[in-house]
Amino acid sequence: MEEKKMDLSQSQQEDLASQIGDENGVKDTLLELLLHNKLAVFSAVVILIIALAAIFAPVVAPYSFEEIDPMARLSPPSATHILGTDELGRDVFSRLIYGSRLSLLVGILPTLVSMFIGVVLGLVSGYFGGKVDYVIMRLADIMLAFPSLLLAMVVMYTLGSSTINIFVALALINWASVARVVRSHTLSLKESEYVEAARSIGVSSGIIMLRHVLPNCVPSLIVLFTLNVPSAILSESSLSFLGIGAQRPAASWGLMVTDGQQFLFNQPWLCLAPCVAIMIVVLAFNFLGDGLRDVLDPYMKNQ
Amino acid sequence: MRIFLKRLAGMLVVLVGVVLLLFIMLRIIPGSPVTTLLGERASQQVIDRMTEELGLNDPLFMQFLRYVGNALHGDFGTSYKLNRPVSALIMSAFPNTVRLSIFAALFAWGVGIIAGIISAICKNQQRFRLLSSLIDRLFMGGALVGVSMPVFMTCLFLQYFLAYRVQLFPLSGFDQPLSVVLPAIALGWNSAGTVARMTRSSLLEVMQADYISTARAKGRGSAGIILCHALKNSMLPVVTMMALQISSMLSGAVITETVFGINGIGRLAVTAIQSRDMPLLQGTVIFTTILVMLGNLAADTLYSVLDPRIRREG
Amino acid sequence: MEMKEQVREPDFVLEIRHLRSSFFTRRGEVPAVNDVTIQVPRGKIIGIVGESGCGKSMTAKSVMGLLKYPGRVVSGEILLEGRDIAGMKERELRKICGNEITMIFQEPMTSLNPVIKVGKQVSEALLLHHRELSRAQAREQAIEMFRKVGINEPEKRYDCYPHELSGGLRQRVMIAMAMVCRPKLLIADEPTTALDVTIEAQILKLMKQLRDEIGMSIIIITHNLGVVAELCDYVYVMYAGKIMEQAETFELFDHTAHPYTKGLMDSIPRIGSNAEHLHTIPGVVPNLLHLPKGCLFSNRCPYADDRCRQERPELYQVSQQHCARCFLLEKTGEEAEAHG
Repeated sequence: MEEKKMDLSQSQQEDLASQIGDENGVKDTLLELLLHNKLAVFSAVVILIIALAAIFAPVVAPYSFEEIDPMARLSPPSATHILGTDELGRDVFSRLIYGSRLSLLVGILPTLVSMFIGVVLGLVSGYFGGKVDYVIMRLADIMLAFPSLLLAMVVMYTLGSSTINIFVALALINWASVARVVRSHTLSLKESEYVEAARSIGVSSGIIMLRHVLPNCVPSLIVLFTLNVPSAILSESSLSFLGIGAQRPAASWGLMVTDGQQFLFNQPWLCLAPCVAIMIVVLAFNFLGDGLRDVLDPYMKNQ
Repeated sequence: MRIFLKRLAGMLVVLVGVVLLLFIMLRIIPGSPVTTLLGERASQQVIDRMTEELGLNDPLFMQFLRYVGNALHGDFGTSYKLNRPVSALIMSAFPNTVRLSIFAALFAWGVGIIAGIISAICKNQQRFRLLSSLIDRLFMGGALVGVSMPVFMTCLFLQYFLAYRVQLFPLSGFDQPLSVVLPAIALGWNSAGTVARMTRSSLLEVMQADYISTARAKGRGSAGIILCHALKNSMLPVVTMMALQISSMLSGAVITETVFGINGIGRLAVTAIQSRDMPLLQGTVIFTTILVMLGNLAADTLYSVLDPRIRREG
Repeated sequence: MEMKEQVREPDFVLEIRHLRSSFFTRRGEVPAVNDVTIQVPRGKIIGIVGESGCGKSMTAKSVMGLLKYPGRVVSGEILLEGRDIAGMKERELRKICGNEITMIFQEPMTSLNPVIKVGKQVSEALLLHHRELSRAQAREQAIEMFRKVGINEPEKRYDCYPHELSGGLRQRVMIAMAMVCRPKLLIADEPTTALDVTIEAQILKLMKQLRDEIGMSIIIITHNLGVVAELCDYVYVMYAGKIMEQAETFELFDHTAHPYTKGLMDSIPRIGSNAEHLHTIPGVVPNLLHLPKGCLFSNRCPYADDRCRQERPELYQVSQQHCARCFLLEKTGEEAEAHG
């Protein structure tokens, strides 16, 4: 099914390309194409701004995330507190800025680790096949059979609720889909002539995988990365929201929502502000991922 | 039929794996569950007797076999905290979760598929370019926003605006007829976005296919082409997608049930974690996973009904 | 095949006049069909030959209103028995397509809807244009047409899905679909390219036989001069969106005038010829975005001189039924007025 679709779109592209004589080498570079997608560029800028704010939080934030102003508890948004204060009198805006540190880190670090695990397992599984492949793929099936949040909850139960453990949990559970994608790439590349050629002149398996197979997976991996980051951010905020992730007084957006929930009706900014913050970051990554996918990997659209 | 049985067998393997993995994960924790159960101050004698009673002295593998054996008879152990059989707790929560998920799925798939179709039509529309491309962008932007919203955000926004500001629906609980509306929308919101995007891209791709040209050359109008030729083909990847959505929906149900105070399986799982109630957690997770698998099986079956290429091969 | 030199009667089923169809891309207009004039007499088989990307399929799609965005017909007339269908509204055109003009596509593998039974796809064409038919009648006629195009066990095949049929059978189904409404004109876009040689011969024979039976006209689009020689009464040679040469088939083969056509003919491998290697035309088709100033073929033409690179030649008359777009013919022939 998947393969058939590829043929189709490929033949169409060739059709149009031959009609307008595009094979003469008038191709846009990847960067040019990406820049053409204004939303993706805008999203990248948003992510950059948030990242800078997170890095320079002590400079950017008007208050510290723990600083308590007992005179101004639950005060509505005003000039002194742009997004108001919480029940302890802490500045919501400052806490949001500090919270972006956790969200960005939790989005990026565990995703990198889980992608590394997924790439290794996927390469091994696809390249060697046989029993190794069977075991790894069944393991991936098992991981994917769990609803992801529940699996994360179980891991958090085992490890105990803490900020560090969120990183461990997310790194451990998200490798399966990466492994599947890398495996399918490996399987198709394994049959290709240049891998056969490399093997016939005695290049070792490890080198073949690193030199020939892996580079071909990179576009898909970049796209997967930009799509897995927001889902990791969502997982963290969900875990923290349920009280089994980051612990107080850490500034975590999910935790802020939980704490603000009891004031939903009278001080709605307390929980709605961090919600919107999460949405903006996730949205930016999703737009960027979409743009990248259109440019890098048109065939991944349906995966 | 053979494919169906093969699928079923594969599912059983995965299910055994799930139970085993879960069993190991929940038992490699430092400290005995008995301590959690009886508190720090319990005497060693009581602890020993309890450990013996729960069979925690046996090798892990024996414990596993016993657990599976009991589970096959419908016995998932007794909740530490609530002191009731896990199976009974799950059975009381199960209908709520199913009802919530079904309504959420209906919302998500209905809204998602319709929005996706409208969007795809607008994208292909050549008259009224400006308006139709605006509609397309609006829908797809909306879908991506929907996908990017955390479930609790949808829950809280709906609670704040539709239950508190405009008191259209009950704030929480699950006992009135209308109380399913907000949780179902909140839970389905995300999937609606995903399904809409999927439907659109799939439909657009199918519209490029050669057989669509054939249909046009035959003299089919645009509406006829979409309804008679494109829709069924374009639904194939969407159905696969729906199967994946079942899993993420059950994840979301955990949060939705917590926010809206619905007695469902997800909320049971949260309770179990908060009170470190291992048998209850184990039971709820296994049960949810079985639900996911059944959903996948249903999607597979639907897929083979839609696609004759698979039907005949089986 | 008729060999008589006779003045064609002006009874044209289809006349394409000065058709221009373009893609509109970010980098500008791409004229895939550039001022093309083609006439299809009743009951004749017309061939359009050229390399891939020369605009022959675009011409056919323009007639059927099948151009996909960003492509569209820019100017020109497409006259079906005198009615201009290029300017028709979508709704009116749909009544003609599939009924009076039908089309067969290159890929029988992908041209049939995979999730609908083939019989239904054929009777659909009938039901669309003949509202008075019942489903059972449509089924009967479709099965009758299946039999006519040489499908064994037509009743059984009626209920098959496309993936259950071979490529040759699928193309027969496509032909049945195109013929079931008894059209005036059948456009076959590379109908046999995807098929085996033996099947190709069968399909070509079938098309000719159906032409004789039903008396329709056929436009065959192909890159295969063998198909042309076998089937066509009259041939148009296209290159980079323009007609380069047009002639009756035997005239074209016997008195090839245009260097491009010569190149095409020399590219046909022949058994028994002494040539050590296969002749090819050097160079590539010009980029349609940046067409050369002079003759479109000048960059590949062995006879090209400075004038060819500076000026575009018109169609020159070679003989009564034979025109070619080349300065070489300027001395011998005179400019064909308005190509026709």
